Amino acid sequence: MITSDVIVVGAGLAGLRAALELNRHNVKVAVVTKVHPVRSHSVAAQGGINAALSNHPRGKFDSPELHAFDTIKGSDYLADQKAVLKMTTEGIERIYELEHWGAPFSRTEDGRIAQRPFGGAGFPRTCYATDKTGHVLLHTLYEQALKFEAASERADMQIFDEWFVTRLIVHNGSAKGVIALNINTGELEIFAGRAVIWATGGSGRVFGRTSNAYINTGWGMCVPFYEGVPLKDMEFIQFHPTELYTNNVLITEGARGEGGFLLNNKQERFLANYEDSAKAMEMAPRDIVARNMQREILAGRGVEGKYIHLDLRHLGKKKILERLPGIRMHAIHFAGVDPIDQPIPVAPGQHYTMGGLDVNLNTESKVKGFFAAGECACVSVHGSNRLGGNSLLETVVFGKIAGEYASAYFKDGGGTDVPVIFLNQILKEEEDKIIRLLESKGKENHSAIKHELGDTMDLGAGIFREARTMNASLEKVKELKERYGQIGLNSSGRIANFDLLWAIQLKGSLDLAEVILRGAINRQESRGAQFRTDYPMRDDKNWMKHTVARWKDGTIHLGYSSVDLSLHKAKKRHY
Amino acid sequence: MAETKTFKVFRFKPQTDKKHRFDTFKVPCRPGMTVLQALNYIQENLDGSLAYRSSCREGICGSCAMHINGKYRLACETQVSHLSASITIRPMAHMDIIRDLVVDMTPFFEKLKAIKPYLIPGDPDEGAERIQTQDERAYLDYIVDCILCGACYASCAVNGYDDEYLGPAALAKANRFLMDSRDKADEQRLALVCDEHGVFRCHTLFNCQTVCPKNVDPTANIANLKRQIIARQLNPKFSKKGI
Repeated sequence: MITSDVIVVGAGLAGLRAALELNRHNVKVAVVTKVHPVRSHSVAAQGGINAALSNHPRGKFDSPELHAFDTIKGSDYLADQKAVLKMTTEGIERIYELEHWGAPFSRTEDGRIAQRPFGGAGFPRTCYATDKTGHVLLHTLYEQALKFEAASERADMQIFDEWFVTRLIVHNGSAKGVIALNINTGELEIFAGRAVIWATGGSGRVFGRTSNAYINTGWGMCVPFYEGVPLKDMEFIQFHPTELYTNNVLITEGARGEGGFLLNNKQERFLANYEDSAKAMEMAPRDIVARNMQREILAGRGVEGKYIHLDLRHLGKKKILERLPGIRMHAIHFAGVDPIDQPIPVAPGQHYTMGGLDVNLNTESKVKGFFAAGECACVSVHGSNRLGGNSLLETVVFGKIAGEYASAYFKDGGGTDVPVIFLNQILKEEEDKIIRLLESKGKENHSAIKHELGDTMDLGAGIFREARTMNASLEKVKELKERYGQIGLNSSGRIANFDLLWAIQLKGSLDLAEVILRGAINRQESRGAQFRTDYPMRDDKNWMKHTVARWKDGTIHLGYSSVDLSLHKAKKRHY
Repeated sequence: MAETKTFKVFRFKPQTDKKHRFDTFKVPCRPGMTVLQALNYIQENLDGSLAYRSSCREGICGSCAMHINGKYRLACETQVSHLSASITIRPMAHMDIIRDLVVDMTPFFEKLKAIKPYLIPGDPDEGAERIQTQDERAYLDYIVDCILCGACYASCAVNGYDDEYLGPAALAKANRFLMDSRDKADEQRLALVCDEHGVFRCHTLFNCQTVCPKNVDPTANIANLKRQIIARQLNPKFSKKGI
């Protein structure tokens, strides 16, 4: 058994920031992560991180209040408004902190942190490091973690990488640690603590066409869900307008922020032809741009009938090399296209999970001692549509808050003791589950189920939704769940058994798919990222509320909770 | 349109196998398919026990560096169509094998830790951002793109015979902080890389430069560290701003 004061699960931006905060409060922390910290998906974020620093000449009058308003409007009024203001206010400090820790931001002519325009924002407020912002921020936090891991004047901070969490330990309604599998030895271990911070990221691989890493399977969200932490607003899935058509690798919104055009097969900037994007054009929020692109493709005006051109040629070689070097290489590697000379083939694809584990603006959940931050959590600061550049901000702001509140909870006593016999019993249950899976000899191939799940979610829970196709997808998901009960593993050993890991995680993907579909079917309106062709209008009277899904004895139950509208009245969105 | 290619993949399970072997798999290769996708195909359809790391599949997380047809590359960024009909895949060298293509990267990361890979500023962390000019920031271009994949380390001949040699990635990282205008720990940093397993052990073979998937050019970074050390020995008043 490994014991610590607090256990952090996940070592992306939110997890590492939480760990650093616990360390700052001199609280002992064990970080458990299924991949080495720098392999976490935060590393792939490109365009930047929002904060009203007012470093851009056009951003002189920017403020946290205006940033909050843009975020709330962008959310189609489903975000909790005081939580948003908290994020935009504390965000400024967090950016300066990252800079002090060595993050190599791009710079303005006078040497300040550079900012670029992003969709749905009133001012250029997206701080960036070329188009590799997530990469440099994650490495910066990892560097700080190494610094403090070695610092003897503080309590221990230990990173356990390549440990896969199979179970959250909840005793008498309080979180007490996790069970994790050492991937490289195959052994299970108890990680016992007084509190648990969850930071396992998004779940894009529930879909087929997604920009997310392979590791974003949805398992991370389901482990606490199975133990009583509800999931909120899971039907709201962001489709990023510009994913590379060939393999869905992300092409940053920064490409449009720097002046890139979206063109149909007639070489028209078609966003001008739609009421909701006529003014802001390429700088309208993601939900609107993605829908209008999809409409062009459906109307037969896609290039080769299938995709849209993102044209950067007019920006010139110098600007592309200086500001967008990463996506240029993506286009070259994966589409055989150099954006300096040719337009990039792009199409919308799954990108971000607005919903997540239900927590309040202090990252607390209804399970005592359980905190969550980052994409796996739903505070909610994104509502039904996230603005680009707000996800990185969310990770560091709420990662810090989670560390702060978990420290206070620990110092306050951290709840009741948990009997060792209880921990051992849970360990035994997990061991039995692993053995059963390893010995399973069913005929179904879990990889085939995974691919079918991706296809059915693309089809049923995509940009345009309607009851008929969603119900068909839900039926399919139920069928896949049954088939999951008949899988057989192709690999029986315990050491570095990735076949086993993918098989375990598929269960999470399947359950999450059902939560997404049922929430989407129930919500008879169009709001933010959810567009229902059978209910094309937003319906504030009936649906200004959060969906809350609970897991009880293996079934999913839906309920609803209220939205904090204390700062701004809901209005119709135009850009 | 699928063209079948032959993959010869290194297999080894240290706990049970006396010796490694190569397994042969036939993979139907679509246009645009990467080596990582081919490995996925093998794991999903032909042999679930094949072990390799993967995550972002877009060349930014650094999980999947391996030896592919004679060169260290990221499997996710390598197009199958750019390779011959027969493709041989081996794990990275100079590190113990956990299973198949998964190696124990502990020594790689321990050496990174040895160079104090974090900003050491002179002044306290207060207020707004420090000022850094665009030219000062431009010096860090490419160096900060390092994804810690280990390809340089595996390709380095010196790492092959000196277990304690810091290696290209850790040394490049030392130069990344040395040359950051905000860092104020020049003497401390140079002392860390100046011993017999540090920069002067580098034989300037350019292997790391050749294989680096992110154009970090560790060779040039190591050369700069050497230059900085020698210049200080010749002239105690030397400042890195002079270069």
